[in-house]
Amino acid sequence: MKNTITITGLLLAMLLLFLASLYNGSVSIPMSAITDILLGRGSANHPSWQYIVLENRLPQAITAMFCGASLAVSGLLLQTTFRNPLAGPSVLGIDCGAHLGVSIIVLLVGGTLTTGQLTLGGFTLVMLAAMLGALAVMGILLVLSRLLQNNVMLLIAGMMVGYLASSAISLLNFKATAEGVHAMTLWGMGSFSAVSLDRLPWFVGMSFVGIILSIILVKPLNALLLGDNYARNLGIHIRQVHTLLLFTTGLLTAASTAFCGPIAFIGLAVPHIARLLLGSANHRTLLPVTLLTGASLALICNLVSSLPGESGVIPINVITPVIGSPVVLWVVLRMEK
Amino acid sequence: MSVALHEGELCCLLGANGAGKSTLLRTLAAFQPALSGELLIDNRRLNDISPRELSTMVGVVLTERIRMAGITVRDMVAMGRSPYTNFWGRLTAEDDAIVEEAIHQVGIVELTHRQISTLSDGERQKVMVAKALAQGTPIILLDEPTAFLDFPSKVELMMLLSRLAHEMGKSIFLSTHDLDLALQTSDRLWLMGKNMPLAVGTPQELATSGELSSYFPSPHLTFDAASMRFNIEL
Repeated sequence: MKNTITITGLLLAMLLLFLASLYNGSVSIPMSAITDILLGRGSANHPSWQYIVLENRLPQAITAMFCGASLAVSGLLLQTTFRNPLAGPSVLGIDCGAHLGVSIIVLLVGGTLTTGQLTLGGFTLVMLAAMLGALAVMGILLVLSRLLQNNVMLLIAGMMVGYLASSAISLLNFKATAEGVHAMTLWGMGSFSAVSLDRLPWFVGMSFVGIILSIILVKPLNALLLGDNYARNLGIHIRQVHTLLLFTTGLLTAASTAFCGPIAFIGLAVPHIARLLLGSANHRTLLPVTLLTGASLALICNLVSSLPGESGVIPINVITPVIGSPVVLWVVLRMEK
Repeated sequence: MSVALHEGELCCLLGANGAGKSTLLRTLAAFQPALSGELLIDNRRLNDISPRELSTMVGVVLTERIRMAGITVRDMVAMGRSPYTNFWGRLTAEDDAIVEEAIHQVGIVELTHRQISTLSDGERQKVMVAKALAQGTPIILLDEPTAFLDFPSKVELMMLLSRLAHEMGKSIFLSTHDLDLALQTSDRLWLMGKNMPLAVGTPQELATSGELSSYFPSPHLTFDAASMRFNIEL
């Protein structure tokens, strides 16, 4: 009962934030005009308003929602898989892997991240590279997790793998053209606005597949909370589940990283907020709550990013640490007790 | 050499560190393949039993601790029903009844809604025993369940396991370093030593044959078969 209220409340919050993202932006448009545009009645006097709402704010809000949900779910899967409350796509260097993949394509092969200029083929290449990078790091971590018993050691290993990827990225940047570096730097700050309407279905599709896969994993995830051996004894096929987890977290992280840049803290902090809201680690309720909280939080970040008004937008990675790091500090303090 | 576990018996595996107790337990639980030889459950080879089916035959209590927050005692015991629940892990009314019964059997009703992370070591071990009970397996394996417990908790846990074996007809097998306790509570002992054959028998049999003292060689330790106790010589 309490869970139903929590989930319904979050769903409502997400919808409200979604609408707020459509009605708010750096350009001020009257609310009635936006309602008209959204209901398909158009706004004949201001074609630019129609463009801003439908081609700009709408895809941006949808992107924020799916990106937040993907990263949060990915973080939850990682925390359960490695039984580590401080695991997350950015802490473990998985988004660095995706970042490296994207860098190689953009800076070496000459693909570009700015909208419109990239052919579908080139774009698919960027996605594949991000996916491969994320999968490679996740694969290395899974192997290392069998050797490393200690939780902290795995985090350090993840950070080291991340540093290695960053070093390769720096080298690529050093060798690249000024425009390429500029594009990569902007991308690295994180943004929900880089996904155009025609590419949106790809992003939503990838996130959606990842989320469905994670829902399928709910029962094994609960067993994994007890550790691999207990889970095995409960009839869970560990290797199969690990492979599926590897693919799912890779897909979720790669999709959001390739489209929106490496966004920090959502994957790490949101599962903790969700556990706090629920008071339970049962994935049957924790997964949907994490998903909705992640989507809502990303929408809040999206709203905050357009606060400066006419003078532009704040990069997402300026905002997420402000929300994320206090949560992580709280988790660490609680672990000490 | 051939040894067997029997239903309705509490059986303790004793031996020095490095004798291979953990390896044996891990092999029995099918966590690792047998180094040599063959394992049979009800005359069926362990290798021929699917992991899913095995999860309804053998339950385990391990030494690893559950660190994740947000798991209540009831959630944990309910995990034991995983092999029987549907794709989403939803508990049926029957599952719920079995979970309640397991909690009742182990005597932790008052802990039902507590978080695992707030329990003492002794309480946590009882919860894991309840999980194994809810799993409904005829065989329960425990890896050093009495380690890290204070003495009354050790005694309480061994008495609980002995009662479960006798009253519910379970076959309970555990490794332990608590010699005196094992001698007094178990129905059968398996003794392991480096470069020594496995010795199996009731505590009485092993005491009178002199094997008990030979498996625990120490200049300061003598076994008194009459009182069934190890004495320390100062």
